[in-house]
Amino acid sequence: MLLGVAGSVLCASTLWTVPATPQEPAPSDSGQGVSGVLRLDEEPVDGARIEVETPEGNPVDTTTSAGDGAWSVPLVTPGAYVVRLDEATLPDGVVLADSTKGSLTVEVRPGQDRVIIFQLADESGPTTSEEGFDWRRLVSLSVDGVRLGIVLGVMAMGLSLIFGVTRLINFAHGELVTFGAIAAWVFNAGAFRFPLFLAGIVGLLLSAALGWGLERGLFRPLRRRRTSTVALIVVTIGLSEFLRSFYQLTFGPLPEPYRDYALQREIDLGPLTVTPKSLGIICIGAVAIVLVAFLLQRTRLGTAMRAVADNKDLAASSGIDVQRVILHVWILGAVLAGLGGILLGVTQKVEFDMGFKALLLIFAAVVVGGLGTAYGPVLGALLLGVVIQVSTIWFDTEFKFVFALLALILMLVFRPQGILGRRERVG
Amino acid sequence: MSTDVLAAVAAEPGVPKPNPILVVDDVRRTFGGLVAVDVRHLEVERGTITSLIGPNGAGKTTLFNCLTGFDRPQAGYWAFDGHRLEGRFAYQIPRYGLVRTFQLTKALDRLTVMENMLLASRGNRGERLLGALLRPSWRHTEDAARQRAERLLETFELTRMGHDLAGTLSGGQRKLLEMARALMTEPAAILLDEPMAGVNPRLRQTLCEHIEGLRDGGLTVFLIEHDMDVVMGISDWVVCMAEGNVISEGPPAVVRADPAVVDAYLGSHDGLAPVDERESHEDETS
Amino acid sequence: MDVLNVFLDAIRVAIGPQAAVFALAGVGLNLQFGYAGLLNFGQVAFMLAGAYGASMTVDAGGPLWLGILVGMAAALVVAMLFGLPALRLRADYLAIVTISVGEIIRLLVRSSTLEPVTNGVFGYRDFAAWFYAINPIPAGRYGVGNLAFPARTLWLIVVAWTLVLLASLLVLGLMRSPWGRVVRGIREDEDAVRSLGKNVFMYKLQALALGGLMGALAGSLRAIDSQAVRPDFFLTITTFMIYAAVILGGAGTIIGPTIGAMALWFVISFSEGLLRLGIESGVIEFLDPEDVAAIRFMIVGLALILLVVFRPQGLAGKPEAGLLDEH
Repeated sequence: MLLGVAGSVLCASTLWTVPATPQEPAPSDSGQGVSGVLRLDEEPVDGARIEVETPEGNPVDTTTSAGDGAWSVPLVTPGAYVVRLDEATLPDGVVLADSTKGSLTVEVRPGQDRVIIFQLADESGPTTSEEGFDWRRLVSLSVDGVRLGIVLGVMAMGLSLIFGVTRLINFAHGELVTFGAIAAWVFNAGAFRFPLFLAGIVGLLLSAALGWGLERGLFRPLRRRRTSTVALIVVTIGLSEFLRSFYQLTFGPLPEPYRDYALQREIDLGPLTVTPKSLGIICIGAVAIVLVAFLLQRTRLGTAMRAVADNKDLAASSGIDVQRVILHVWILGAVLAGLGGILLGVTQKVEFDMGFKALLLIFAAVVVGGLGTAYGPVLGALLLGVVIQVSTIWFDTEFKFVFALLALILMLVFRPQGILGRRERVG
Repeated sequence: MSTDVLAAVAAEPGVPKPNPILVVDDVRRTFGGLVAVDVRHLEVERGTITSLIGPNGAGKTTLFNCLTGFDRPQAGYWAFDGHRLEGRFAYQIPRYGLVRTFQLTKALDRLTVMENMLLASRGNRGERLLGALLRPSWRHTEDAARQRAERLLETFELTRMGHDLAGTLSGGQRKLLEMARALMTEPAAILLDEPMAGVNPRLRQTLCEHIEGLRDGGLTVFLIEHDMDVVMGISDWVVCMAEGNVISEGPPAVVRADPAVVDAYLGSHDGLAPVDERESHEDETS
Repeated sequence: MDVLNVFLDAIRVAIGPQAAVFALAGVGLNLQFGYAGLLNFGQVAFMLAGAYGASMTVDAGGPLWLGILVGMAAALVVAMLFGLPALRLRADYLAIVTISVGEIIRLLVRSSTLEPVTNGVFGYRDFAAWFYAINPIPAGRYGVGNLAFPARTLWLIVVAWTLVLLASLLVLGLMRSPWGRVVRGIREDEDAVRSLGKNVFMYKLQALALGGLMGALAGSLRAIDSQAVRPDFFLTITTFMIYAAVILGGAGTIIGPTIGAMALWFVISFSEGLLRLGIESGVIEFLDPEDVAAIRFMIVGLALILLVVFRPQGLAGKPEAGLLDEH
């Protein structure tokens, strides 16, 4: 699942530029199914494995492409399915044109033979022909890493701020991320047709409202009842399940793009090529982080937030309205999550579980940077983002997430307070 | 009684004592740039009640935390009853006969009072996973622990509550339970962190008598306390800390009159009155 | 009459192998969460270890019973992976580590790089012939109407619920021992227990591992039940459903996980049955059959929230001993 998030970031800077060949549909009999023909430059690709599963991840069937490259999988019931081409089973030298498009979610209508196109490319292109190191690729992946890091950092900052003042790890933070993305989608490509910029602002406002509602409607009453932290964590788990399934029900199981910025030409900036939307994402994320830093350091509200995070009782006794600060932090956290979701939605697509998939990376970033600190998670996220992306030079993309996990575990073993955290206790 | 032993000891910080049970050297704990504890040398005389006083943020609780393994100082060493304890984990400390209580009482609420007591017993064979199901293998140690627990509950007038959940006790009773429970570990010395905090004045007298009773029974008591009446009333020796350092020690009356002590309290706008103290980092360790 | 069938179906599910698997994994989770206060969000990883231990051993030519033991050994390794980095830290770090490591294990198992070892997304099938071969129950159908099981399912049900009973008795015995007293003390306040000379870390690790062993056994049963193992059977959502079962039944009680697992599966299949009925008969028009799965998880999520808020002690717990209440 993690792969989806990390992997999709690659898509804007795909270096394999060989155009793929359109594929004809395979003959179909009655009933519905999915099918296609795997070809590279008119040459059929056989022996490649294709897996079909439900959006929940339950396998339905698998097949292998035949000598003419054709494959098909009949389906008992119509509905949404995930069709995946197992890249490892492609012949040597053949790869997916876009490594993130190896897994496609499709809606199959009753009686329809849905044609699936996997765009293939010749690996022995200009980029990987020379063995070993490629500076252009390193730079390009680093930019991807920074972008992933900024997006994760915005989300992780929200999680960490909420933790800082409430001492609660919000396992539903991923659903706050998804909420922002879906809200903006509704106003951009759904019920309304605003430009994404405007729709994004509406999405952030709605995110703020959600943060407000969660604190006032759920968490404040629970704190009043002196519910234990353990119980509150279970509540956030329940909330996460509930919201995610609700999104699946209302938004649907398929990923949807925003109307704007779907396709862009890369621009050359000396050693690196980058799409304007990548640059935009990095800039917007960075500005948001700087704004929050300014809020924390230079405003009364920010000072109050830091005071409450430092010592709630001391803050309360020196006249700070702790409940109000917690409410504001929930709003701020939800807005940051929502913004992260929108930026992620621009990079990939909007999906009902995009936030949940990102949650483990957010956790890793927060732990590496320092749980409860404001800037640690940003640092952790940038570090993780770059490491995750650059690691793909030497390691299979499948193992990207292993580095995030390794960082998390090593950090807990050797410096559990994180890079910027203060040591709390020794057990 | 023990005051006689200390009569000949000079009232100055770091002074050696005739028969110290706890000797602390160069213990230093900093948080970021802030020095919380910086104790050059401190000895606690065996079989006495020694009080540790000082304004808010003086580092008293942090010192206790360091000594009992709940916090780790950057430097320093200390010995209890001849055993060096630095680097030991918190759970290892009681084995050497040193036990502590906490400022905010830590009664185990959903265990009964008796279970609270039994849990603290030493060498209970049934506490090992292998063998926990073989009742005969641990019945003896359990019975011995139960007898000891019953005696202690009687001393602390908690016998009636034996089968109640600890969470139903009053604040004062919880303090008593915590003290009785600590004694189940058969300690040679007990560190009490603000035993009077949150206890009503009527019960304070009873608590003081219990503490004096512990000393008269041969135990060493080292306690942090803010209530000066209590400190003056029961202490054989008083140590005052400010900004992490020991600035004064001596018999109660001497320390009370020490200008350095008065300055420390005045400088901290804290006065010598009981204050509901919470050191800034205390909260984070919970 | 259709509603009656749906009801009988739901009863069948509530006493079927699925519920037993949840109950067994729940007894383990209850030991960790209900008694020791450990936030293990990776119970499903123990189940994965049990399922793969069994199926891979059989695949390699070993007997199934050995495979189940291998699965339990693998669960001990998982317990170390969870516990060593996180058990010395605040409770929530364990939650983060277990949910992350659990998911990572699944992703590694399904990765194509490890496919030569794990069979990747395909997993294994038909490895439990031995289990069904030793079935002493004569072939046939047992029960009435919709509420009937074939002999092989009945055999699995008997074995599974027997294991649930044994595991529950084990936990009962442990909780009445001094070991259990220390563990429950840790749930209340681990610093207090530490200050009394107990090696809290060791007790937590033991509780985590023991609960994990039960999870592994549940995973083996899960695999035997479906005669198939795939990595995607072991999604994080399963852990949360087990949480829902434990809290519904009553965390920190002996019978809680069993009651909870039965009740949860009854509620899930009854409500799903009614929804399907409504959709088929055209009463409910705004939902598709595919939406029913999403609704299941909405129910689980909502149940978790509402239980913690309104009945934290669950069905079996005494109100005054509500586990999740702050003292």
